[in-house]
Amino acid sequence: MSSAPFPTVDQAALFEFLLRMGDNALILGHRLSEWCGHAPALEEDIALANTALDLIGQTQLWLGLAGEMEGKGRTADNLAYLRDATEFRNVLLVERPNGDFGKTLMRQFLFDAWHLSMLQALRSSADKRIADIAEKAAKEVAYHLDRSRDLVIRLGDGTAESHRRMREALDDLWPYTGELFIGDAADEELAAAGLGPAPESLKAEWDGVVGETLTEATLKKPADGYMQRGGKRGVHTEHMGFILAEMQFLQRAYPGATW
Amino acid sequence: MYAQMVKTDGACVKSLEDMEPQERAFQERIDAGQKIEPKEWMPEGYRKTLVRQISQHAHSEIVGQLPEGNWITRAPTLERKAILLAKVQDEAGHGLYLYCAAETLGISRDEMYEQLHCGKAKYSSIFNYPTLSWADIGAIGWLVDGAAIMNQVPLQRCSYGPYARAMVRICKEESFHQRQGFDVLAKMVKGTPAQKAMVQDALDRWWWPSLMMFGPSDDASVHSAQSMAWKIKQNSNDELRQKFVDQTVPQADYLGLTVPDPELKWNEAKGGYDFGQPDWKEFFEVIAGNGPCNAERLGARRKAWDDGAWFREGLAAHATKAEQRRTAGQAAG
Repeated sequence: MSSAPFPTVDQAALFEFLLRMGDNALILGHRLSEWCGHAPALEEDIALANTALDLIGQTQLWLGLAGEMEGKGRTADNLAYLRDATEFRNVLLVERPNGDFGKTLMRQFLFDAWHLSMLQALRSSADKRIADIAEKAAKEVAYHLDRSRDLVIRLGDGTAESHRRMREALDDLWPYTGELFIGDAADEELAAAGLGPAPESLKAEWDGVVGETLTEATLKKPADGYMQRGGKRGVHTEHMGFILAEMQFLQRAYPGATW
Repeated sequence: MYAQMVKTDGACVKSLEDMEPQERAFQERIDAGQKIEPKEWMPEGYRKTLVRQISQHAHSEIVGQLPEGNWITRAPTLERKAILLAKVQDEAGHGLYLYCAAETLGISRDEMYEQLHCGKAKYSSIFNYPTLSWADIGAIGWLVDGAAIMNQVPLQRCSYGPYARAMVRICKEESFHQRQGFDVLAKMVKGTPAQKAMVQDALDRWWWPSLMMFGPSDDASVHSAQSMAWKIKQNSNDELRQKFVDQTVPQADYLGLTVPDPELKWNEAKGGYDFGQPDWKEFFEVIAGNGPCNAERLGARRKAWDDGAWFREGLAAHATKAEQRRTAGQAAG
């Protein structure tokens, strides 16, 4: 792969891709930050805030690059705070409500396992700016996965109650995992230009990590039924509007103010 | 500091002559500026007072996550969101060091939580006030962390080693927090009239509760005299309050804000400001549990603990299983 910035690729597809990476990080980071001060142990409060902080930092990088390559003068903040739900490109999984701590951890694990594979693949992107962001983010996400994987195992193989909660979390969230691996025209464009992996290509590794972890956690992997989708093309769940109403409140209520 | 009106054990401060040899040797070490370490002999009153003070301080850090956490999901930019997350994470970290420092005195973190949840242990009155606008986040950093620093800097020289050492790191982080709070406000006062009004409103609401953080005048208090003799406390509440006002008023002037105290006036002779008294009746009501957010704050902490029971039990059960498997593996091997 060459390291020339932005090889020939459809710019709309590239913009789309950068929004997807940034929005996944932003919305999951936002969800995690809802826990602040309410986690079941002080160490968990610290760890969740730390993970949220990493994700917000990654958001700044991905959306910053998206705005830059769009060339219309939009900053990362403009993209985060002034788009409506239909313009967001995160997968549905990350906007799922926190639920109990088990559901938050399971959502994190299912996402982290995908996120790490994705970032590792992006480290060899033909675009150096993408590769650089992925390099930095992959280090952080490797730690996120270590942590969420470990806790899923310990709680799955803990008490009958913790096992039940983790099983329910897994069953509830499973239909939202398929979207991570469903490619579209934009993904094909990027893969063809060597900018990023085809989503389908990450499935085998994810299946491996998730399968081994669930076995160790004594949790049964759900059957692959119908998979929910839509976030990647801007069709979200009802939760998204409320996330944005909260997140964007100040920017919307005081247009043009600087903070 | 985040500890107010800590009751001291001991009816009056004893002179060296009145002490038994062991206690006298202890007091002489303190007088010589030496640190007391966990395994060493200490009077029971010293130990109990420290547990009360350090745990109250720790509880304040973790309850303090709540008013600020209230605005993380509404922070106006990605950078502000990241800074606030980092700050609240620091507060949780401070709670952790302080609980560890208290544990060296023979009490467990779970016991301290229990005392908080049942209302026996207190936390700083300041966190029972609501954060109503984004400017409150700036005001907490500037005023609340500013007041905390006033009290915590001398605690770095406290006689109990683990507490003094925890305070060194905490003070470094608190200075950063105070600067970020001031920076939030400095940016807003240069903004739109609505933003500036928001900042003034925040100062109007947070000024008096911040002065209350130092506690009522304790010049005549036996508790304070004993704590000072033990070097758990180094300055009187009024001294620290004066220092805080003298430092903060010029900063308010710089921001173009009006401090909500008609009695505030520079006194050339004393080289400091004269200022009015907070409403101490309100203070005692807040301490007694009747502040605007007491029920919510304590309710949130209890809920976090109760809802998390299955999580903690799950981890403990796994640890036991893993240990049994390891032992069984060794026996088989």
